Amino acid sequence: MKLKNIKKPKRNILNLIWSNLKKNMTAYCFILPFMILFSVFFVFPFFYGIFISFFKWNIFQPEKTAFVGLENYIKILFQSDSIYFDYFWSGLKNTFLFVLISVPCLIGIALFVALLLDIEPPGYRFLRVVFFMPTVFSISAVILIWQWQFNTNGGFINELLITLGLEKIPWLTSQPWAWISILIVTIWWTMGTNMVILNAGLKDIDRSLYEAAEIDGATYWQSLRYISIPAISNQLFTVTILTTIASFNIYGQPEMLTSGGPVINGEFTTTVLMMRIRSIAFGANAQPGVAASMAVCLGIIMICISLFQAKYIKKLG
Amino acid sequence: MKLKKELRRRKRISAIILYSLAFLWMIPLVWSVATSLKTDSEITNNVLGLIPRDITFHRYEKLLIENSSEYPLLTWFLNSLFVAAIYTFLYLFIASLAAYAFSILKFKGRDKIFWFILATTMIPGVINLVPMITMMVDFGWMGSFLALIIPGLGGVFGLFIIRQFFLQIPNELIESAQLDGLNHFGIYLKIVLPLSTSAFMVSGLFVFLGNWNDYLWPLLVMSGSGTSKFTLPVGLSVLQGSYNYDYGLTMAAAIISIVPVIIVYIFTQEKIIEGIARTGIK
Repeated sequence: MKLKNIKKPKRNILNLIWSNLKKNMTAYCFILPFMILFSVFFVFPFFYGIFISFFKWNIFQPEKTAFVGLENYIKILFQSDSIYFDYFWSGLKNTFLFVLISVPCLIGIALFVALLLDIEPPGYRFLRVVFFMPTVFSISAVILIWQWQFNTNGGFINELLITLGLEKIPWLTSQPWAWISILIVTIWWTMGTNMVILNAGLKDIDRSLYEAAEIDGATYWQSLRYISIPAISNQLFTVTILTTIASFNIYGQPEMLTSGGPVINGEFTTTVLMMRIRSIAFGANAQPGVAASMAVCLGIIMICISLFQAKYIKKLG
Repeated sequence: MKLKKELRRRKRISAIILYSLAFLWMIPLVWSVATSLKTDSEITNNVLGLIPRDITFHRYEKLLIENSSEYPLLTWFLNSLFVAAIYTFLYLFIASLAAYAFSILKFKGRDKIFWFILATTMIPGVINLVPMITMMVDFGWMGSFLALIIPGLGGVFGLFIIRQFFLQIPNELIESAQLDGLNHFGIYLKIVLPLSTSAFMVSGLFVFLGNWNDYLWPLLVMSGSGTSKFTLPVGLSVLQGSYNYDYGLTMAAAIISIVPVIIVYIFTQEKIIEGIARTGIK
């Protein structure tokens, strides 16, 4: 009697799983290829990355890999005599600086252009195509196009300044011009995405709201403040989160445009954290474990900031 | 009457600002095209000219016809095209199968699994970088096109767009097809796919462009191999990083790499812009 009681539910569970599997076989077959690839190349590396960050890792000579616990994290976060401490904090500082200057510009300018497009001047569709176009280019092509514009001698912008009777500016080799150059290129390259998302939000607003406001004597600025902006709060939210994440991931622009320079007081002033992570992970004297711990820290920071933004913006809306 | 006048005034102001801005936006491109066509002496003497006095195509000939082993631009171009085309084809197939299950089929935990997949996109990709390279070394995929094609097939974005489209397909259509004796794979092939060509256009475009423009990943995977295996973005960065380069030549290379993208963009811009506006993701 007792034995039966124990056995019965077991068989039932097996039966249940089997019948469930049989019933859903088609569905599982449909998702299987995707789920395998997704697990192997997205889910697994995430845990593997955290795993690696606890090791003194050696990609090419696995027998030299050794478990070191939290040592990599202590090195980069607290051990001020370690070179990786400097790399991490100066890289993080430069990344933050870029996020702080780029996010407001990328959203502000995109919103400005989106609002002007929403007035629908003649040829606004054509204008939208022009502003969005650079977003489909690769970063290498973008840098090739821009690099010579910024060149100190014989570059387009400086030649223009001289023709106008102004002084040359060493765009890529002095601060703050190096950051300004990176910012200009980034705005030119990526602003279009934000503009399109915001413009679509504005388009969905019921025109009769504006008409009613105008009959009541509201100015353009008032209807902007009380109708347009609240109505596109969802789009502003999306754009803020996407832009912040993209800015934290900045890599190609400083890598190719300024090579992380100029060097001021021994510090590479535009070397962002992604550049450090790459050079530590794969360069000479590679330390993938240290790089992985930096990546995990950067990842945690990005998640925290996204969550904070989500909460804060929801409150505003 | 007053309102109409006010509206006209607004349109005028926005037109003035936007057309000036659009002019600024186009200058880098126009200037690059001009520079790539100028003669060597004109590049230094007539820096500002947006229209070259003498047009020369010798840089384009050098890059495309000579295809030298130092800068084999044509090879890079074909590599990029090959990789992006195969990737896009495979991805659309795999993702649309999964999207079919996540939208039309019903099974236990379906929505939970889907939202879990979507939620993982919040995880910053930077954490995956080091382990992915370790895996590529273990798989023996370093320097191989496999590394540029296979790992990206697990991407979530295209799946999301395709599922959104599949959700709009009316249920009655599926049910009547089932009554006609079609199995689900048959329904997928004969009913859902033909109905979703625009979904495939949109997601295919994004997937293709994303792969075509990808820089960091192919750089990490391919930089150890010979120049003949590079994709365009990697090759261009090599060209850009070499010190004694010829400005006109790099401009020509940049133009060659973006002309196909511009052509595709001009023909599909409605769909691309619509797609981004609707999904909010790129």
